[in-house]
Amino acid sequence: MTGNDLPALSIADLQSLLRRREVSPREVIDILREWIETVDGDIGAYLSLDIEAALKAAEDADVDLPLGGIPIAIKDIINVMDQPCTCASKILNGYRAPYDAAVIQKLRAAGAIPFGKTNLDEFGMGSSTENSALKSTRNPWDLSRVPGGSSGGSAAAVAADEAFGALGSDTGGSIRQPAALCGVVGFKPTYGRVSRFGLVAFASSLDQIGPVTKTVRDAALIMNAIAGHDPQDSTSLNEPVPDYVASLGKDLRGIRLGVPKEYMIDGIDPQVRAAIDAAAKQLNSLGAEIIEVSLPSTEYAVAVYYIIATAEASANLARFDGVRYGYRAENPKDVLDLYGRTREEGFGPEVKRRIILGTYVLSSGYYDAYYLRAQKVRELIRRDFASVFDKVDALISPTSPVAAFKLGERVADPLQMYLSDIFTIAANLAGICGISIPCGFAKLNGHHLPIGLQLLGKSLDEARILQIAHAYEQSTDWHKARPPIAVSLPKP
Amino acid sequence: MAGNSDLDVAYVARLSRINLTEDEAKIFQKQLDDVLKYVEKLRQVDLTGIDAAAHALPFVFREDAPHDWFPAEQALSNAPRQANGLFVVPKVVE
Repeated sequence: MTGNDLPALSIADLQSLLRRREVSPREVIDILREWIETVDGDIGAYLSLDIEAALKAAEDADVDLPLGGIPIAIKDIINVMDQPCTCASKILNGYRAPYDAAVIQKLRAAGAIPFGKTNLDEFGMGSSTENSALKSTRNPWDLSRVPGGSSGGSAAAVAADEAFGALGSDTGGSIRQPAALCGVVGFKPTYGRVSRFGLVAFASSLDQIGPVTKTVRDAALIMNAIAGHDPQDSTSLNEPVPDYVASLGKDLRGIRLGVPKEYMIDGIDPQVRAAIDAAAKQLNSLGAEIIEVSLPSTEYAVAVYYIIATAEASANLARFDGVRYGYRAENPKDVLDLYGRTREEGFGPEVKRRIILGTYVLSSGYYDAYYLRAQKVRELIRRDFASVFDKVDALISPTSPVAAFKLGERVADPLQMYLSDIFTIAANLAGICGISIPCGFAKLNGHHLPIGLQLLGKSLDEARILQIAHAYEQSTDWHKARPPIAVSLPKP
Repeated sequence: MAGNSDLDVAYVARLSRINLTEDEAKIFQKQLDDVLKYVEKLRQVDLTGIDAAAHALPFVFREDAPHDWFPAEQALSNAPRQANGLFVVPKVVE
């Protein structure tokens, strides 16, 4: 098959074609490349593509492996050997990864082909991908709007059929929120479930890698390949990994779903609220019981996050000093001038703001008032979740209070941008897992803008979250909708 | 030049080894004052008897054992300046 809808296939469907030898891994790469050439000028999902390396991997691909011959796009904050890893920052200009991240080692072992590096907010800091210093990425559903962030390139690539699946990273919602805004599936595993070895660190107590896909089944397929203990990451959990694909297909009888009453805030767009209410009814009709629950510390989550995440970032980003890799200011007069100018010229405004804030909240005299206090409130947030998960199997909420916003609309006001992560941030603070799946559209000026349903589950309960998400997905048609750009242009 | 909080952006930027222009410092001061005002809500929370959570999950320990890693050549492969198998920096001691 070299048909004109190959890029639109899910991983599972592509896998069937490959195994029936109806298409070769090499043909898949060629067709995908052609489609990317057609559409990525408008979308801007990719920062780099190494077709030669992908074709070479395709030659040796064993299609009978779990992800054999499947190209997977990689957020450009994960090291892929011999490829750039820019973190969408000028400060990593010229850097080439001297090794594979653990998730890349695992994807390769499962037969997948790392294919292309996707755009992001610089170092993962942002909710719209507008903080990329290298490229602008547009939402495939409306090119005047943001794809969300920080994994906006991964989400836009999957939504526009430029990738069968992708990896993102999620520190405060950076997989789930762009997935919601682009109408695809985004899964954040439990903290420690997937090794971060080779993920450039932003906030080490929060960062987690996960899949961005067209379907829940595809997310489970990628999770099967990347989850599990890794001695290269000291925070990796040594716990058995279930077969996530095998957990799909069970019905929802006996499942209890909580709706946190603190999440029903005034700032939710009425169309988003209506879609979430309808999704709750649908889950109920599938057999799940819906119960109102309380997470009393919710209103503090964003404040806690912007203290802890910036504190950790200020330490992690100290390594970018113009000495060992990346950009270096010219003709420094001494070593302080080298650091100060390299970081001035190399970092964008949001990264500078966060390093400065993080340095401040850790500084002598302010540490107790900000950092220590935030860590204590984090403990309250963790306890909130522990206590509701005694009563329910999962929580449901919007992923984002609004659908995709206009490019440029929130750039000048960082605080407003931070508040768009209000429903996703607490999961990272508590270390639990969560998913965003398509659950409807907001209609605005003739455009259909995707809405995401978030399901949150307790630590290491990925299988159940995927099971619930899959049951909902299969009972609706939302995941089958394609953005206009993917439908209107001729496919290769 | 401090604003409505105790934060002095120009001073903390120097501690962070980031040079800022005066204009940039002025914009950041306003934006970060807003963020610090927002996080003031944490002062309302009663934290009596609550321990700080540095991580969401218990720490995981491993043996502190040496293993093979990059050879020097590979570690230096991205260095902006190098010589004799070493990173080159401006003179530190006069």
